[in-house]
Amino acid sequence: MTGLTSEDATTEASAVLAEVVASERLRIVASLIRTTGDWDLAEDSLHDAVARALSTWPERGTPDNPGAWLTTVAKNIAVDAIRKAAAERNTAHRVAIETEIDAQEHGGEEPTMPIDLADPLNDDRLRLIFTCCHPALAMESRVALTLRTVLGLTVAETAHVFLVSEQTMQKRLVRTRGKIRAAGIPYRVPPPHLLPERTAGVLAVLYLLFTEGYSSGSGTDLIRPALADEAIRLTRLVAQLIPDQPEVLALLALELFQHSRVATRLDAAGDIVLLEDQDRSRWDHSAIAEGSRMLAEAERTLEPLGNAPGPYLLQAQIAAEHANAPTAGATNFARIATLYAHLSQVAPSPIVDLNRAIAVAFAQGPDAGLTLLDTLSLDATLGEYHLLHATRADLLRRAGRPADALTHYRRAFELAPSDAERRFLQRRIDNL
Amino acid sequence: MEYLLLIVDDPAAPTYVPEEDNIQEWVADLDRRGASRVGNRLRPPSDATTVTVRDGKTILTDGPFTESKETIAGFDLIDVENLDEALEIAAAHPMARFGRVEVRPVWPFE
Repeated sequence: MTGLTSEDATTEASAVLAEVVASERLRIVASLIRTTGDWDLAEDSLHDAVARALSTWPERGTPDNPGAWLTTVAKNIAVDAIRKAAAERNTAHRVAIETEIDAQEHGGEEPTMPIDLADPLNDDRLRLIFTCCHPALAMESRVALTLRTVLGLTVAETAHVFLVSEQTMQKRLVRTRGKIRAAGIPYRVPPPHLLPERTAGVLAVLYLLFTEGYSSGSGTDLIRPALADEAIRLTRLVAQLIPDQPEVLALLALELFQHSRVATRLDAAGDIVLLEDQDRSRWDHSAIAEGSRMLAEAERTLEPLGNAPGPYLLQAQIAAEHANAPTAGATNFARIATLYAHLSQVAPSPIVDLNRAIAVAFAQGPDAGLTLLDTLSLDATLGEYHLLHATRADLLRRAGRPADALTHYRRAFELAPSDAERRFLQRRIDNL
Repeated sequence: MEYLLLIVDDPAAPTYVPEEDNIQEWVADLDRRGASRVGNRLRPPSDATTVTVRDGKTILTDGPFTESKETIAGFDLIDVENLDEALEIAAAHPMARFGRVEVRPVWPFE
């Protein structure tokens, strides 16, 4: 590379490499897992290939197709490792493995697996995602493995998300990968008869990743907030690879609508700003626009199927009502209350009932909301949940019953799990 | 891959309804898949004898090795493509509804 100092060459190579790793890591790891069947080896081989790139690219120049270079080198490293391990065992085994590798190598396999346009489901990234989210794995393990292998977080970062030690996380990941291998969990996109159910399982993991990031707010924590962006990126990929699935598109819309408010949910002091008090001009309107497009797409693909709307579609429709209302007062709470009533049929949960009561209170007045809270007997299920008491307090305050409101704000304060929430409730108590 | 399906009797499970027992269909399905190796019911734990050898001495105990309300009532060794197929077969077994089925991958000696 004439005209460049070695320092320039190193900087340029690192920049190209960082970009390639960001865009190609998932594809390369997913493809290596398929060919080698060894999750650790796949990660290690890519790691070594990156190290090799860092040492050779500055000197010899960045290859024309850095993604293909990285894929090929990582694969060669993996194959060498398998051959070496086999040589250390017995010869018969070695012959068997070499035959297998040769068969794969001469099977005309492309170094970078392009998406098969005729069949988008034939994609290694999707195989990896479905395998990480297999229902025979515990939910925590699915999320951990997705963070580690699909999103490429380090073990330390994954441990941080779960608030456990690196050692504990390492053990959990080893156990999970061990089960995939030993129990014969197939590395594949499930066949058509399993696809809807398994896709729902993938969406549950994606949404959990998103809420984990979204609910963490701002502050000094740099890993969790980034998860919301990563979850959206991954949901977008899944939506691209499993096209025309209303629930996949709806989850993407839901995430985009919620994420559009990320800058306004907390004030400069880290205190909670309620939806009705947020500065709507500071919402991310391009995210809302994309969310609206995805929601329309989800509704369009649902129609010919003749199915009832699924839980993500209903939640996205609710989020759309909030996101597109010009002011809090102009929000169509009557429609939101109806959508929550549908949602409680499709995916019954006391939290959904609570939200329904709140929407009813905004649509028909606080007394209607209070009546519904009693009718749904939420105290039995959510008696220890601070937001039930905060909601009741809020409705009592609006209904002109400050003394009753105070009792419930105090109960909510006792149960609130975070400082930000306690500060918010204290302000309400002070105002009464 | 081989899996052992442990058919578990669970007193807390819904009561057995003979008319809803599809075991013959289930066996026919296994045969159709060519998945069946061997399988049978087991006599109740009260007929079990547990054998323990310690310091060269054989100790026999009347009954099962664990005092559990859930007991193994039968087993099926199946040979299928992967865990998904094993789980599908397990879910179709009548005892998945009237008890539980534990799916254990067989760990062959190399």
